[in-house]
Amino acid sequence: MSSLLKVENVHTHIGQYHILQGVSFEAKAGEVSVLLGRNGAGKTTTLKTIMGLTPATSGAITFEDEAITKNPTHRIASNGIGYVPEDQGIFGALTVEENLKVAMRKDDDSAKERQEYVLNLFPDLKKYWKKDGGHLSGGQKQMLSMARAFVNESKLLLIDEPSKGLAPVVIEKVMEAINEMKKQTTIILVEQNFIMASRIGDTYTLIDDGETVQSGQMSDLVQNEELKRKYLGIG
Amino acid sequence: MELIINLLINGLATGMLIFLLAAGLTLIFGLMDVLNFAHGGLFAWGAFSGVWFYGLTNSFTIAIIGAIVTGIVLGFITEKLIITPVYGNHIQQILITLGFMIVLSEMLKVVFGPNQIAAKTPPLLSGSWELGEVIIIKYRLFIIIVGFVIFGIFQFILKRTKIGLIVRAGVMNKEMVQALGINIKQVFLYVFMVGAALAALGGVLMAPYSGVIYAEMGMEFAILAFIVVVIGGMGSFPGSLLAAILVGLAGSFMAYYVPALSLAVNMMLMAIVLIFRPQGLFTVKG
Repeated sequence: MSSLLKVENVHTHIGQYHILQGVSFEAKAGEVSVLLGRNGAGKTTTLKTIMGLTPATSGAITFEDEAITKNPTHRIASNGIGYVPEDQGIFGALTVEENLKVAMRKDDDSAKERQEYVLNLFPDLKKYWKKDGGHLSGGQKQMLSMARAFVNESKLLLIDEPSKGLAPVVIEKVMEAINEMKKQTTIILVEQNFIMASRIGDTYTLIDDGETVQSGQMSDLVQNEELKRKYLGIG
Repeated sequence: MELIINLLINGLATGMLIFLLAAGLTLIFGLMDVLNFAHGGLFAWGAFSGVWFYGLTNSFTIAIIGAIVTGIVLGFITEKLIITPVYGNHIQQILITLGFMIVLSEMLKVVFGPNQIAAKTPPLLSGSWELGEVIIIKYRLFIIIVGFVIFGIFQFILKRTKIGLIVRAGVMNKEMVQALGINIKQVFLYVFMVGAALAALGGVLMAPYSGVIYAEMGMEFAILAFIVVVIGGMGSFPGSLLAAILVGLAGSFMAYYVPALSLAVNMMLMAIVLIFRPQGLFTVKG
Protein backbone atom coordinates (compact mmCIF):
# COMPACT_ATOMS: atom_id res chain seq x y z
CA MET A 1 0.00 0.00 0.00
CA SER A 2 1.24 3.49 -0.79
CA SER A 3 2.09 6.00 1.89
CA LEU A 4 -0.52 8.74 2.21
CA LEU A 5 1.22 10.75 4.90
CA LYS A 6 4.89 10.65 5.79
CA VAL A 7 6.34 12.29 8.90
CA GLU A 8 10.14 12.43 8.84
CA ASN A 9 12.29 13.40 11.82
CA VAL A 10 9.92 16.16 12.90
CA HIS A 11 10.91 18.52 15.70
CA THR A 12 8.43 20.96 17.26
CA HIS A 13 9.00 23.69 19.82
CA ILE A 14 6.20 25.26 21.81
CA GLY A 15 7.54 28.44 23.37
CA GLN A 16 10.86 27.48 24.93
CA TYR A 17 9.98 23.78 25.15
CA HIS A 18 11.31 21.23 22.68
CA ILE A 19 8.30 18.90 22.55
CA LEU A 20 8.86 16.74 19.48
CA GLN A 21 12.47 15.65 19.17
CA GLY A 22 12.41 13.41 16.14
CA VAL A 23 9.06 11.86 15.28
CA SER A 24 8.90 9.71 12.15
CA PHE A 25 6.19 7.41 10.83
CA GLU A 26 4.05 6.71 7.81
CA ALA A 27 0.31 6.36 7.39
CA LYS A 28 -0.55 4.03 4.53
CA ALA A 29 -3.73 4.59 2.55
CA GLY A 30 -6.70 2.66 3.90
CA GLU A 31 -5.06 1.79 7.22
CA VAL A 32 -5.55 2.89 10.81
CA SER A 33 -2.21 3.97 12.25
CA VAL A 34 -2.22 4.29 16.01
CA LEU A 35 0.13 6.59 17.91
CA LEU A 36 0.84 5.13 21.31
CA GLY A 37 2.80 6.36 24.29
CA ARG A 38 2.54 7.59 27.83
CA ASN A 39 0.88 10.87 28.83
CA GLY A 40 3.01 13.78 27.68
CA ALA A 41 4.97 11.66 25.18
CA GLY A 42 4.09 14.01 22.31
CA LYS A 43 1.20 12.21 20.57
CA THR A 44 -1.23 15.16 20.62
CA THR A 45 1.52 17.55 19.56
CA THR A 46 2.30 15.23 16.64
CA LEU A 47 -1.30 15.54 15.40
CA LYS A 48 -1.26 19.31 15.96
CA THR A 49 2.02 19.56 14.07
CA ILE A 50 0.58 17.63 11.12
CA MET A 51 -2.37 20.08 11.14
CA GLY A 52 0.00 23.08 11.29
CA LEU A 53 -1.44 24.23 14.62
CA THR A 54 1.97 23.87 16.29
CA PRO A 55 4.17 24.04 13.18
CA ALA A 56 7.28 21.86 12.94
CA THR A 57 10.54 23.67 13.49
CA SER A 58 12.42 21.08 11.42
CA GLY A 59 11.81 17.82 9.62
CA ALA A 60 9.37 17.09 6.82
CA ILE A 61 5.70 16.17 6.54
CA THR A 62 4.41 15.05 3.16
CA PHE A 63 0.79 14.35 2.27
CA GLU A 64 0.09 12.68 -1.08
CA ASP A 65 3.76 13.32 -1.95
CA GLU A 66 3.38 17.06 -1.40
CA ALA A 67 5.30 18.86 1.36
CA ILE A 68 2.84 20.39 3.83
CA THR A 69 5.29 21.14 6.66
CA LYS A 70 5.02 24.91 6.29
CA ASN A 71 1.44 25.11 5.03
CA PRO A 72 -1.13 27.07 7.05
CA THR A 73 -3.70 24.99 8.94
CA HIS A 74 -6.66 25.94 6.73
CA ARG A 75 -4.84 24.79 3.60
CA ILE A 76 -3.84 21.49 5.22
CA ALA A 77 -7.49 20.90 6.16
CA SER A 78 -8.72 21.92 2.70
CA ASN A 79 -6.31 19.41 1.15
CA GLY A 80 -8.34 16.67 2.80
CA ILE A 81 -7.13 16.18 6.36
CA GLY A 82 -9.88 16.15 8.99
CA TYR A 83 -9.08 16.72 12.66
CA VAL A 84 -10.87 15.57 15.80
CA PRO A 85 -9.06 17.25 18.70
CA GLU A 86 -8.70 15.81 22.18
CA ASP A 87 -11.12 18.38 23.63
CA GLN A 88 -13.48 17.80 20.67
CA GLY A 89 -13.44 21.51 19.73
CA ILE A 90 -17.22 21.82 19.67
CA PHE A 91 -18.62 25.32 19.17
CA GLY A 92 -20.73 25.45 22.32
CA ALA A 93 -23.16 28.19 21.30
CA LEU A 94 -23.82 26.68 17.85
CA THR A 95 -26.38 23.93 17.37
CA VAL A 96 -25.44 20.47 16.13
CA GLU A 97 -26.70 21.50 12.69
CA GLU A 98 -24.62 24.69 12.73
CA ASN A 99 -21.50 22.86 13.91
CA LEU A 100 -21.75 20.64 10.84
CA LYS A 101 -22.65 23.52 8.55
CA VAL A 102 -19.53 25.50 9.51
CA ALA A 103 -17.43 22.53 8.48
CA MET A 104 -19.14 21.79 5.16
CA ARG A 105 -17.10 23.22 2.32
CA LYS A 106 -19.75 22.56 -0.33
CA ASP A 107 -23.45 23.32 -0.39
CA ASP A 108 -24.65 21.15 -3.26
CA ASP A 109 -26.58 17.89 -3.49
CA SER A 110 -23.44 15.79 -3.01
CA ALA A 111 -22.70 17.67 0.23
CA LYS A 112 -26.24 17.00 1.46
CA GLU A 113 -25.89 13.31 0.62
CA ARG A 114 -22.62 13.22 2.47
CA GLN A 115 -24.23 14.89 5.48
CA GLU A 116 -26.99 12.31 5.43
CA TYR A 117 -24.44 9.51 5.25
CA VAL A 118 -22.53 10.95 8.23
CA LEU A 119 -25.75 11.36 10.21
CA ASN A 120 -26.54 7.71 9.58
CA LEU A 121 -23.17 6.88 11.09
CA PHE A 122 -24.04 8.95 14.15
CA PRO A 123 -27.84 8.70 14.40
CA ASP A 124 -27.92 10.29 17.87
CA LEU A 125 -26.97 13.61 16.29
CA LYS A 126 -30.29 13.74 14.44
CA LYS A 127 -32.11 13.69 17.77
CA TYR A 128 -30.18 16.70 19.00
CA TRP A 129 -30.14 18.56 15.69
CA LYS A 130 -31.28 21.91 17.15
CA LYS A 131 -29.52 21.52 20.49
CA ASP A 132 -26.51 23.71 21.34
CA GLY A 133 -23.22 21.85 21.13
CA GLY A 134 -22.36 23.03 24.63
CA HIS A 135 -25.36 21.15 26.04
CA LEU A 136 -24.40 17.74 24.64
CA SER A 137 -22.96 14.93 26.75
CA GLY A 138 -19.30 13.95 26.38
CA GLY A 139 -20.15 11.06 24.08
CA GLN A 140 -22.45 13.16 21.91
CA LYS A 141 -19.75 15.83 21.62
CA GLN A 142 -17.29 13.16 20.50
CA MET A 143 -19.74 11.92 17.85
CA LEU A 144 -20.34 15.48 16.65
CA SER A 145 -16.63 16.21 16.47
CA MET A 146 -16.03 13.06 14.41
CA ALA A 147 -19.03 13.75 12.18
CA ARG A 148 -17.78 17.29 11.59
CA ALA A 149 -14.33 16.06 10.56
CA PHE A 150 -15.85 13.44 8.25
CA VAL A 151 -18.54 15.53 6.59
CA ASN A 152 -16.14 16.67 3.82
CA GLU A 153 -14.92 13.32 2.50
CA SER A 154 -11.53 13.69 4.18
CA LYS A 155 -8.74 11.56 2.76
CA LEU A 156 -7.11 11.35 6.16
CA LEU A 157 -8.61 11.70 9.63
CA LEU A 158 -6.59 12.59 12.71
CA ILE A 159 -8.47 11.48 15.80
CA ASP A 160 -7.11 12.37 19.23
CA GLU A 161 -8.14 10.17 22.18
CA PRO A 162 -11.76 9.49 21.15
CA SER A 163 -12.43 7.28 24.18
CA LYS A 164 -11.17 9.75 26.77
CA GLY A 165 -13.62 10.26 29.61
CA LEU A 166 -16.38 8.19 27.99
CA ALA A 167 -18.44 5.38 29.48
CA PRO A 168 -17.71 1.84 28.12
CA VAL A 169 -21.02 1.66 26.28
CA VAL A 170 -20.27 4.96 24.51
CA ILE A 171 -16.74 3.81 23.70
CA GLU A 172 -18.27 0.82 21.89
CA LYS A 173 -20.36 3.19 19.76
CA VAL A 174 -17.31 5.33 18.98
CA MET A 175 -15.39 2.21 17.97
CA GLU A 176 -18.19 1.06 15.70
CA ALA A 177 -18.19 4.46 14.03
CA ILE A 178 -14.41 4.45 13.57
CA ASN A 179 -14.59 0.95 12.08
CA GLU A 180 -17.19 2.23 9.61
CA MET A 181 -15.14 5.34 8.79
CA LYS A 182 -12.10 3.13 8.28
CA LYS A 183 -13.79 1.63 5.23
CA GLN A 184 -13.77 5.03 3.55
CA THR A 185 -10.69 6.82 4.74
CA THR A 186 -7.24 6.58 6.27
CA ILE A 187 -7.03 7.24 9.99
CA ILE A 188 -4.29 8.28 12.39
CA LEU A 189 -5.50 7.59 15.89
CA VAL A 190 -4.07 8.67 19.22
CA GLU A 191 -5.46 6.34 21.88
CA GLN A 192 -4.50 5.56 25.49
CA ASN A 193 -6.97 2.67 25.71
CA PHE A 194 -4.77 -0.12 24.37
CA ILE A 195 -7.60 -2.63 24.06
CA MET A 196 -9.48 -0.26 21.80
CA ALA A 197 -6.34 0.76 19.91
CA SER A 198 -5.35 -2.85 19.25
CA ARG A 199 -8.82 -3.73 17.99
CA ILE A 200 -8.97 -0.87 15.52
CA GLY A 201 -5.33 -0.30 14.56
CA ASP A 202 -3.47 -1.88 11.66
CA THR A 203 -0.10 -0.37 12.50
CA TYR A 204 1.37 1.37 15.53
CA THR A 205 4.01 3.97 16.29
CA LEU A 206 5.38 4.19 19.80
CA ILE A 207 6.37 7.69 20.88
CA ASP A 208 8.34 8.37 24.03
CA ASP A 209 9.76 11.71 25.20
CA GLY A 210 8.90 13.27 21.85
CA GLU A 211 10.72 10.64 19.79
CA THR A 212 9.58 7.67 17.75
CA VAL A 213 10.73 4.54 19.52
CA GLN A 214 9.33 1.87 17.25
CA SER A 215 6.78 1.33 14.50
CA GLY A 216 5.27 -1.85 13.15
CA GLN A 217 2.20 -4.04 12.73
CA MET A 218 -0.31 -3.84 15.58
CA SER A 219 -0.52 -7.64 15.69
CA ASP A 220 3.21 -7.76 16.54
CA LEU A 221 2.83 -5.25 19.36
CA VAL A 222 -0.04 -7.21 20.86
CA GLN A 223 2.36 -10.16 21.22
CA ASN A 224 5.28 -8.07 22.49
CA GLU A 225 4.83 -7.97 26.27
CA GLU A 226 8.18 -6.32 26.91
CA LEU A 227 7.52 -3.37 24.62
CA LYS A 228 4.05 -2.87 26.08
CA ARG A 229 5.40 -2.99 29.63
CA LYS A 230 8.31 -0.65 28.91
CA TYR A 231 6.50 2.06 26.99
CA LEU A 232 2.83 1.70 27.83
CA GLY A 233 3.04 0.40 31.39
CA ILE A 234 0.79 -2.57 30.61
CA GLY A 235 1.13 -6.30 30.20
CA MET B 1 -44.17 61.87 31.26
CA GLU B 2 -43.21 64.09 28.30
CA LEU B 3 -39.87 64.76 29.92
CA ILE B 4 -39.24 61.05 30.38
CA ILE B 5 -40.05 60.32 26.72
CA ASN B 6 -37.72 63.09 25.58
CA LEU B 7 -34.95 61.82 27.82
CA LEU B 8 -35.60 58.30 26.54
CA ILE B 9 -35.23 59.39 22.92
CA ASN B 10 -32.06 61.35 23.67
CA GLY B 11 -30.61 58.41 25.55
CA LEU B 12 -31.55 55.92 22.85
CA ALA B 13 -30.02 58.09 20.11
CA THR B 14 -26.75 58.48 22.01
CA GLY B 15 -26.83 54.77 22.81
CA MET B 16 -27.18 53.86 19.15
CA LEU B 17 -24.17 55.98 18.18
CA ILE B 18 -22.11 54.28 20.86
CA PHE B 19 -23.47 50.91 19.69
CA LEU B 20 -22.22 51.49 16.14
CA LEU B 21 -18.74 52.06 17.53
CA ALA B 22 -18.92 49.26 20.08
CA ALA B 23 -20.36 46.68 17.65
CA GLY B 24 -17.19 46.61 15.57
CA LEU B 25 -15.03 46.73 18.65
CA THR B 26 -16.70 43.74 20.28
CA LEU B 27 -16.48 41.63 17.12
CA ILE B 28 -12.84 42.57 16.66
CA PHE B 29 -12.07 41.67 20.26
CA GLY B 30 -14.22 38.57 20.35
CA LEU B 31 -13.00 37.07 17.10
CA MET B 32 -9.50 38.44 16.76
CA ASP B 33 -8.61 38.92 20.43
CA VAL B 34 -7.38 42.37 19.45
CA LEU B 35 -7.65 45.42 21.69
CA ASN B 36 -8.06 48.16 19.12
CA PHE B 37 -7.68 51.59 20.69
CA ALA B 38 -7.50 53.14 17.21
CA HIS B 39 -11.19 52.37 16.69
CA GLY B 40 -12.20 55.86 17.82
CA GLY B 41 -9.93 57.31 15.13
CA LEU B 42 -11.94 55.46 12.49
CA PHE B 43 -15.10 56.95 14.03
CA ALA B 44 -13.63 60.47 13.76
CA TRP B 45 -12.51 59.84 10.18
CA GLY B 46 -16.04 58.72 9.36
CA ALA B 47 -17.36 62.00 10.76
CA PHE B 48 -14.87 64.22 8.92
CA SER B 49 -15.03 62.39 5.60
CA GLY B 50 -18.85 62.31 5.81
CA VAL B 51 -19.06 66.06 6.44
CA TRP B 52 -16.59 66.63 3.60
CA PHE B 53 -18.64 64.50 1.19
CA TYR B 54 -21.81 66.24 2.34
CA GLY B 55 -20.26 69.66 1.69
CA LEU B 56 -19.14 68.49 -1.73
CA THR B 57 -22.36 66.84 -2.93
CA ASN B 58 -25.09 68.17 -0.61
CA SER B 59 -26.34 64.60 -0.40
CA PHE B 60 -26.47 62.94 3.02
CA THR B 61 -26.75 59.51 1.36
CA ILE B 62 -23.48 60.08 -0.48
CA ALA B 63 -21.98 61.40 2.76
CA ILE B 64 -22.90 58.14 4.52
CA ILE B 65 -21.60 56.00 1.66
CA GLY B 66 -18.40 58.08 1.49
CA ALA B 67 -17.83 57.69 5.23
CA ILE B 68 -18.41 53.94 5.08
CA VAL B 69 -15.97 53.57 2.17
CA THR B 70 -13.42 55.66 4.09
CA GLY B 71 -13.91 53.36 7.06
CA ILE B 72 -13.44 50.24 4.93
CA VAL B 73 -10.25 51.58 3.33
CA LEU B 74 -8.80 52.75 6.65
CA GLY B 75 -9.84 49.45 8.22
CA PHE B 76 -7.94 47.55 5.52
CA ILE B 77 -4.83 49.69 6.00
CA THR B 78 -5.01 49.49 9.80
CA GLU B 79 -5.41 45.69 9.86
CA LYS B 80 -2.63 45.08 7.35
CA LEU B 81 -0.08 47.59 8.69
CA ILE B 82 -0.86 47.98 12.37
CA ILE B 83 -2.73 44.92 13.65
CA THR B 84 -1.21 42.00 11.70
CA PRO B 85 2.27 42.32 13.28
CA VAL B 86 0.87 42.31 16.84
CA TYR B 87 -1.65 39.45 16.80
CA GLY B 88 -1.52 37.57 20.10
CA ASN B 89 0.24 40.31 22.08
CA HIS B 90 -2.12 42.58 24.02
CA ILE B 91 0.54 44.94 25.35
CA GLN B 92 1.88 45.61 21.86
CA GLN B 93 -1.69 45.98 20.58
CA ILE B 94 -2.51 48.64 23.19
CA LEU B 95 0.69 50.58 22.51
CA ILE B 96 0.54 50.50 18.72
CA THR B 97 -3.20 51.14 18.41
CA LEU B 98 -3.06 54.00 20.92
CA GLY B 99 -0.20 55.45 18.91
CA PHE B 100 -2.12 54.97 15.68
CA MET B 101 -5.15 56.64 17.25
CA ILE B 102 -3.01 59.74 17.80
CA VAL B 103 -1.70 59.49 14.23
CA LEU B 104 -5.28 59.27 12.88
CA SER B 105 -6.35 62.30 14.95
CA GLU B 106 -3.35 64.36 13.87
CA MET B 107 -3.86 63.35 10.25
CA LEU B 108 -7.39 64.75 10.50
CA LYS B 109 -5.89 68.11 11.48
CA VAL B 110 -3.45 67.92 8.57
CA VAL B 111 -6.16 67.09 6.03
CA PHE B 112 -9.14 69.08 7.34
CA GLY B 113 -7.43 71.77 9.43
CA PRO B 114 -6.98 72.09 13.20
CA ASN B 115 -10.29 73.80 13.98
CA GLN B 116 -13.69 72.36 14.82
CA ILE B 117 -15.97 72.01 11.83
CA ALA B 118 -19.70 72.70 11.92
CA ALA B 119 -21.91 69.88 10.69
CA LYS B 120 -25.38 70.56 9.31
CA THR B 121 -28.38 68.30 9.66
CA PRO B 122 -29.79 67.39 6.24
CA PRO B 123 -33.02 69.34 5.56
CA LEU B 124 -35.14 66.19 5.33
CA LEU B 125 -34.10 65.16 8.82
CA SER B 126 -34.13 68.65 10.38
CA GLY B 127 -36.77 69.87 12.76
CA SER B 128 -39.06 67.94 15.02
CA TRP B 129 -42.54 66.60 15.49
CA GLU B 130 -44.62 67.78 18.40
CA LEU B 131 -47.00 65.23 19.82
CA GLY B 132 -48.70 67.11 22.62
CA GLU B 133 -45.96 68.04 25.02
CA VAL B 134 -43.57 65.50 23.56
CA ILE B 135 -41.03 66.85 21.10
CA ILE B 136 -39.49 64.23 18.85
CA ILE B 137 -36.41 65.49 17.08
CA LYS B 138 -36.42 63.85 13.64
CA TYR B 139 -32.69 63.32 13.41
CA ARG B 140 -32.56 61.51 16.76
CA LEU B 141 -35.36 59.22 15.70
CA PHE B 142 -33.45 58.61 12.46
CA ILE B 143 -30.34 57.57 14.42
CA ILE B 144 -32.40 55.21 16.57
CA ILE B 145 -33.96 53.60 13.50
CA VAL B 146 -30.58 53.25 11.76
CA GLY B 147 -29.15 51.66 14.92
CA PHE B 148 -31.91 49.06 15.14
CA VAL B 149 -31.77 48.38 11.38
CA ILE B 150 -28.00 47.83 11.55
CA PHE B 151 -28.49 45.55 14.55
CA GLY B 152 -31.16 43.59 12.66
CA ILE B 153 -29.00 43.24 9.55
CA PHE B 154 -26.00 42.05 11.54
CA GLN B 155 -28.04 39.67 13.65
CA PHE B 156 -29.39 38.19 10.43
CA ILE B 157 -25.89 37.86 8.97
CA LEU B 158 -24.49 36.36 12.17
CA LYS B 159 -27.35 33.93 12.69
CA ARG B 160 -28.45 32.99 9.20
CA THR B 161 -25.46 33.10 6.87
CA LYS B 162 -22.39 30.92 6.50
CA ILE B 163 -20.00 33.81 7.05
CA GLY B 164 -21.93 34.72 10.20
CA LEU B 165 -21.62 31.15 11.44
CA ILE B 166 -17.89 31.24 10.78
CA VAL B 167 -17.52 34.51 12.71
CA ARG B 168 -19.52 33.14 15.66
CA ALA B 169 -17.54 29.90 15.61
CA GLY B 170 -14.30 31.90 15.38
CA VAL B 171 -15.23 33.90 18.48
CA MET B 172 -15.55 30.56 20.32
CA ASN B 173 -12.58 28.61 18.96
CA LYS B 174 -10.29 30.11 16.31
CA GLU B 175 -7.98 27.09 16.16
CA MET B 176 -10.84 24.72 15.37
CA VAL B 177 -12.20 27.02 12.66
CA GLN B 178 -8.84 26.88 10.90
CA ALA B 179 -8.73 23.11 11.31
CA LEU B 180 -12.02 22.97 9.39
CA GLY B 181 -10.30 24.54 6.37
CA ILE B 182 -11.31 28.16 6.88
CA ASN B 183 -8.76 30.92 6.36
CA ILE B 184 -9.31 32.74 9.63
CA LYS B 185 -6.85 35.53 8.76
CA GLN B 186 -9.03 36.46 5.81
CA VAL B 187 -12.08 36.43 8.08
CA PHE B 188 -10.16 38.65 10.55
CA LEU B 189 -9.51 41.17 7.79
CA TYR B 190 -13.16 41.26 6.69
CA VAL B 191 -14.41 41.60 10.25
CA PHE B 192 -11.95 44.40 10.90
CA MET B 193 -13.05 46.25 7.77
CA VAL B 194 -16.72 45.82 8.66
CA GLY B 195 -16.01 47.01 12.21
CA ALA B 196 -14.22 50.06 10.80
CA ALA B 197 -17.16 50.73 8.45
CA LEU B 198 -19.58 50.62 11.39
CA ALA B 199 -17.37 53.02 13.35
CA ALA B 200 -17.26 55.38 10.37
CA LEU B 201 -21.04 55.16 10.02
CA GLY B 202 -21.34 56.06 13.69
CA GLY B 203 -19.03 59.01 13.07
CA VAL B 204 -20.95 60.43 10.12
CA LEU B 205 -24.26 60.07 12.01
CA MET B 206 -22.71 61.71 15.06
CA ALA B 207 -21.71 64.83 13.11
CA PRO B 208 -25.18 66.44 12.65
CA TYR B 209 -26.20 65.12 16.09
CA SER B 210 -23.52 67.08 17.92
CA GLY B 211 -23.37 69.96 15.40
CA VAL B 212 -19.58 70.18 15.48
CA ILE B 213 -16.81 67.71 14.87
CA TYR B 214 -13.22 67.81 16.10
CA ALA B 215 -10.22 65.55 15.81
CA GLU B 216 -10.29 64.33 19.43
CA MET B 217 -13.94 63.20 19.30
CA GLY B 218 -12.83 59.67 18.45
CA MET B 219 -11.02 59.12 21.73
CA GLU B 220 -13.98 60.40 23.79
CA PHE B 221 -16.42 58.04 22.11
CA ALA B 222 -13.95 55.14 22.05
CA ILE B 223 -13.82 55.18 25.86
CA LEU B 224 -17.62 54.90 25.98
CA ALA B 225 -17.48 52.10 23.43
CA PHE B 226 -14.93 50.18 25.50
CA ILE B 227 -17.16 50.54 28.56
CA VAL B 228 -20.06 49.18 26.49
CA VAL B 229 -18.02 46.20 25.27
CA VAL B 230 -17.05 45.34 28.85
CA ILE B 231 -20.62 45.72 30.15
CA GLY B 232 -22.18 43.83 27.23
CA GLY B 233 -19.69 40.96 27.29
CA MET B 234 -16.65 40.80 25.04
CA GLY B 235 -17.60 39.41 21.64
CA SER B 236 -21.38 39.64 22.15
CA PHE B 237 -23.28 41.64 19.54
CA PRO B 238 -26.64 41.75 21.39
CA GLY B 239 -24.71 42.49 24.59
CA SER B 240 -23.22 45.57 22.94
CA LEU B 241 -26.64 46.84 21.89
CA LEU B 242 -28.11 46.39 25.35
CA ALA B 243 -25.09 47.93 27.07
CA ALA B 244 -24.97 50.86 24.63
CA ILE B 245 -28.65 51.61 25.27
CA LEU B 246 -28.02 51.35 29.04
CA VAL B 247 -25.06 53.72 28.84
CA GLY B 248 -26.96 56.11 26.57
CA LEU B 249 -30.03 56.18 28.83
CA ALA B 250 -28.00 56.45 32.02
CA GLY B 251 -26.10 59.40 30.57
CA SER B 252 -29.28 61.09 29.39
CA PHE B 253 -31.22 60.72 32.65
CA MET B 254 -28.27 61.52 34.90
CA ALA B 255 -27.41 64.63 32.87
CA TYR B 256 -30.89 65.93 33.65
CA TYR B 257 -31.46 64.75 37.21
CA VAL B 258 -27.93 64.60 38.67
CA PRO B 259 -25.70 66.53 36.26
CA ALA B 260 -22.70 66.26 38.57
CA LEU B 261 -22.74 62.48 38.16
CA SER B 262 -23.42 62.35 34.42
CA LEU B 263 -19.79 61.69 33.50
CA ALA B 264 -19.23 59.18 36.28
CA VAL B 265 -22.36 57.13 35.66
CA ASN B 266 -20.81 55.03 32.88
CA MET B 267 -17.83 54.09 35.02
CA MET B 268 -20.21 53.28 37.87
CA LEU B 269 -22.26 51.04 35.59
CA MET B 270 -19.14 49.25 34.43
CA ALA B 271 -17.89 48.83 38.01
CA ILE B 272 -21.24 47.35 39.11
CA VAL B 273 -21.28 44.90 36.20
CA LEU B 274 -17.67 43.91 36.80
CA ILE B 275 -18.36 43.25 40.48
CA PHE B 276 -21.49 41.15 39.98
CA ARG B 277 -20.94 39.71 36.49
CA PRO B 278 -17.30 40.06 35.44
CA GLN B 279 -17.90 38.30 32.13
CA GLY B 280 -20.42 41.01 31.11
CA LEU B 281 -24.19 40.83 30.65
CA PHE B 282 -23.95 38.39 27.74
CA THR B 283 -21.34 35.68 27.54
CA VAL B 284 -20.09 33.91 24.47
CA LYS B 285 -19.96 30.18 25.23
CA GLY B 286 -16.81 28.37 24.15
